Amino acid sequence: MKNRDYMDSVHFYGRIWVATGILLMLLTPVAICVYYNAWPQLQHVFKGLLGVAPIFWTVGIIEVFTYAPMLGTGGTYLGFITGNVTSLKVPAALNAMSAADVKASSEQGEVISTIAIASSSIVTTIVIALGVLMLGYLQPLLESPVLAPAFDNILPSLFGGLGVVYISKNWKIAITPLVFMIVLFLLVPSLASSVGILVPVGALVAIGAARILYKKGKV
Amino acid sequence: MNTFNVNSPFLYGVTAVVIVYVLAQSLFFLIRAAKRAGELGISSSVVKKTILSSALFSIAPAAAILLGVITLSKFLGLPLPWLRLSVLGALTYELPAAEATAIAMNVDTTMTLVDAKAFASIAWVMTLGIIPGIFLVLFGLKKIQSGIVSIKSKDAKWGELFLSGLFLGMISAFMGMLFSDVRLGVPGFIPIVVALISAVIMAICGLLIKKCNIAWLEQYALPLSMLGAMAASIPVTALMG
Repeated sequence: MKNRDYMDSVHFYGRIWVATGILLMLLTPVAICVYYNAWPQLQHVFKGLLGVAPIFWTVGIIEVFTYAPMLGTGGTYLGFITGNVTSLKVPAALNAMSAADVKASSEQGEVISTIAIASSSIVTTIVIALGVLMLGYLQPLLESPVLAPAFDNILPSLFGGLGVVYISKNWKIAITPLVFMIVLFLLVPSLASSVGILVPVGALVAIGAARILYKKGKV
Repeated sequence: MNTFNVNSPFLYGVTAVVIVYVLAQSLFFLIRAAKRAGELGISSSVVKKTILSSALFSIAPAAAILLGVITLSKFLGLPLPWLRLSVLGALTYELPAAEATAIAMNVDTTMTLVDAKAFASIAWVMTLGIIPGIFLVLFGLKKIQSGIVSIKSKDAKWGELFLSGLFLGMISAFMGMLFSDVRLGVPGFIPIVVALISAVIMAICGLLIKKCNIAWLEQYALPLSMLGAMAASIPVTALMG
């Protein structure tokens, strides 16, 4: 199969799966309303949406532009439907491509990224399902104060390891966005709650730094 | 009219349909990508290691998502949070969406919901509040990817640097976030210390891979450093917290 044929088929099937996923997602609240004959007041839905939509619609759209090049085509169709893109799908894809020594921009990278994201989605879904089924046993363990620091520190544990790989590979490009972000968070700590919005800002700073270094022939 | 209950068999049934869909989609993409990997000359051992490594890496974050399901279940029951956090969702979004709607309806989020209309409103907001991104994937991904291809085809070296810039932008944002609590004093440095422990474990793995030729470790270095740092965060928090 030619590269072009494969990529076209990924788009074809990807769109079918995403369209089905959107339909299922929209049918869920419809089914709840029909089954319980409980149709919500529009003003309640509107007020609720007003609280989250301005931020999450913006972040959702920015995330597609930021993460699609990293995840590849199949990975994006799959990763965005299954969710938890930042904390699970992107790190899984980056780690897998780095370990397999393939570039994100290649078809090998596309395939490895898709395999990583699909495996991650399957395991996550199974772990959550098993967890729900065995909640009686697991809840005391998961909510125990002893384990609380471990769950509070998932992101530092993840980005410490991932960071050292990518920063050591591209340290010249990494310095500028890293210093920029550290200073920004030191000056405005409250931004921690909107880190999703700052990912594209960091990307723009990094791409700008890369462009300058590239033009000067330093990378 | 059917009697409403946040943990009704009907809601479990709806959730089961969505969970099966997610598994089917993931399996479909996994099988096709693995087949294509063979055609591209990627060895089956690399494919197996990628699957195992990604699976191992996902267990701890999945347990954290399960904690999110438990958090939301006290208010919304188990099926809806389970469904929402298995498709498209993330706790960082689902929790504020549920809270914003509950506030709009003057509903107490510390008690289990008993009103079907309030439950339906929350289900609608959770769904509609996150859906535009996925519409962009449906209608715009081909254009976005062709834009990337055009950058690469004009200048391959710059195309790679551009992608590295995207990775580093994301990593920088999350690394910067670790510094947001340093004003709190010693406890504020805990995330930085945990990230450093993770980085050190990763660096040791890197040395073992390169100097001692332990190639299999390459696929497991990230899960190891992540789980190692999470475990270390327990005594670190006890010391610095």
